[in-house]
Amino acid sequence: MGNDVLVLAEHRNGRLSDVTFELVGKARELADRGGGRVLAVLLGETSLAHELGVADVVLCSEDPAVATYNAQAYERAMVHVVERQQPRLVLTSTTTVGMDVSTALSVHWPAPLASYVVDVRRDGEDLAVTCRAYGGKLLAEVALTGPRAICAVIAGCFPAADGRSEVAGRSEVAGQVELLDLEGVFDGLGVSVAQVVEPEKGDVDITAADLLVSVGRGIGSRENLEVVQELADALGAPLAASRPLIDQGWLPKARQVGKSGLTVRPKVYLALGISGAPEHLEGMQHAETVIACNTDPKAPIFDVATYGTTVDLFDLTDELVKRVQE
Amino acid sequence: MRIVVAVKQIPDLVEELELTADGTDVDRELLKMVVNEFDDQALEEGLCLKEAGDAELVVVALDEPDVDQTLHAALAKGADAAIKLTGALTGWIDSHRRAALLASWLSGQSFDLVLTGVQAADDLDGQLPGLLGAQLEVPHISVAVRVEAEDGMAKVWQELAGGTVVVDEVRLPAVIGVQAARQAPRYVSISRIRQAQQSGGITEVEVQAAELGTEQFALRRLVAPEAAGHAEMLAGGAGEVADRIVELLRAKGLVRS
Repeated sequence: MGNDVLVLAEHRNGRLSDVTFELVGKARELADRGGGRVLAVLLGETSLAHELGVADVVLCSEDPAVATYNAQAYERAMVHVVERQQPRLVLTSTTTVGMDVSTALSVHWPAPLASYVVDVRRDGEDLAVTCRAYGGKLLAEVALTGPRAICAVIAGCFPAADGRSEVAGRSEVAGQVELLDLEGVFDGLGVSVAQVVEPEKGDVDITAADLLVSVGRGIGSRENLEVVQELADALGAPLAASRPLIDQGWLPKARQVGKSGLTVRPKVYLALGISGAPEHLEGMQHAETVIACNTDPKAPIFDVATYGTTVDLFDLTDELVKRVQE
Repeated sequence: MRIVVAVKQIPDLVEELELTADGTDVDRELLKMVVNEFDDQALEEGLCLKEAGDAELVVVALDEPDVDQTLHAALAKGADAAIKLTGALTGWIDSHRRAALLASWLSGQSFDLVLTGVQAADDLDGQLPGLLGAQLEVPHISVAVRVEAEDGMAKVWQELAGGTVVVDEVRLPAVIGVQAARQAPRYVSISRIRQAQQSGGITEVEVQAAELGTEQFALRRLVAPEAAGHAEMLAGGAGEVADRIVELLRAKGLVRS
């Protein structure tokens, strides 16, 4: 059994995602301690292989089946690769791609899987893993035993710089690039991609604003949006929201902050009635200053906020509007 | 077409999460259990599909605390049947075992689509849709925001990071992990749920799942996270807090002084 650590690289619009570098950096650390190699699997965009110099080997495919993300094709390719490489550990993210692939690998390879991982360490023969659980209210300490394992890691938990070759002091071409032979792997696929729809550009660009007013489930009903919109208007700030409000159709998708929405880095992020689910925190934790208002003093948003208050959000909104309009 | 919607109970995260004495689980006897919100989305998408065409909708759950309420609500909303899988089911049921139990029941059923929530607050060993799809050896797609189906094929809108949507054509049967239904989950009145309750309607089925290698995933303990930092809490009522916030914004040049 090897000590290799294998990473599934993710890319979008011709760029490797930050989480890929985070995973490659972590893989390097784990592989170096265990005397193994770092293998990266890059499907669809072979031209990006040179950016993965921190890996020892980049396994690529330009097969048309993986030209755009196809859940079943990715799954088949990854099962094919891990069965041949037999790594000690596979690292994916917890994005859509990571969820599809990590679960399927766990059944087909097979290997134990830990998801929502925020930390992974070697612990003798085992892996000691910390996972975020119950909406971020608890952490789970998990031991993955046996000769192999899979971890699906939350984006933003490890430094991306460790995986970037220019920073990590590795030559860009250090990694060996190998083309995968996937002959027959995609025969009889039951999934085909009919269309790729890019998100509509919104009327406002929430990623460009210095000040964002962002609302969550705590506002209760759609009618209450007006109150918060009034504050946003008074402050000259765009109104953003967390996932539940977007799913209800209360605000357009272009206003969504978080994992499946946009990542924002304003000078001030005013979070009203947002509890701070991990998926939301991923999109705003790098704001310069976060001011959070939530009636639950234990809401996870207060762990990333700079300033917090548990006063009623409508009382606060009224008071703020009064002061700003003065 | 036969649609199966798998739902589960999770602790209500609004409440304080008390742990058991050994610290390996939340205290399920003490906690209020509610339906996983993503399963509610899956049910809504299933109901929309049923209404759009000729389909039978079956909702299935494991025998977990307060699950009857959830199943009765699903019946009141329009599900044709509700199945409760019974067996030795106590404590935290990991996703691998949950998938195996569901797969064991599904293997004796005809179905075209299995819809379930994309994730749950306690699926530490992976999300159900992928595990179930892989165990059933059928295609699976997670993070779906719309599903349409006819003639043995489904069209699935799958959302990727950053909001890009891939529209997949999927051969049925398949398992779909629903992130959000095409419309907000419908409301059903307590009286309609009571009616469903009085007319019975939950069928109990005992299941046994094949042994699975989940013993390699050992949950040692649950702990409250030690935050790297915590917000400085602003003292006072809404007025005083507003004063401080305006001051902070002003210092950053974000409101006119």
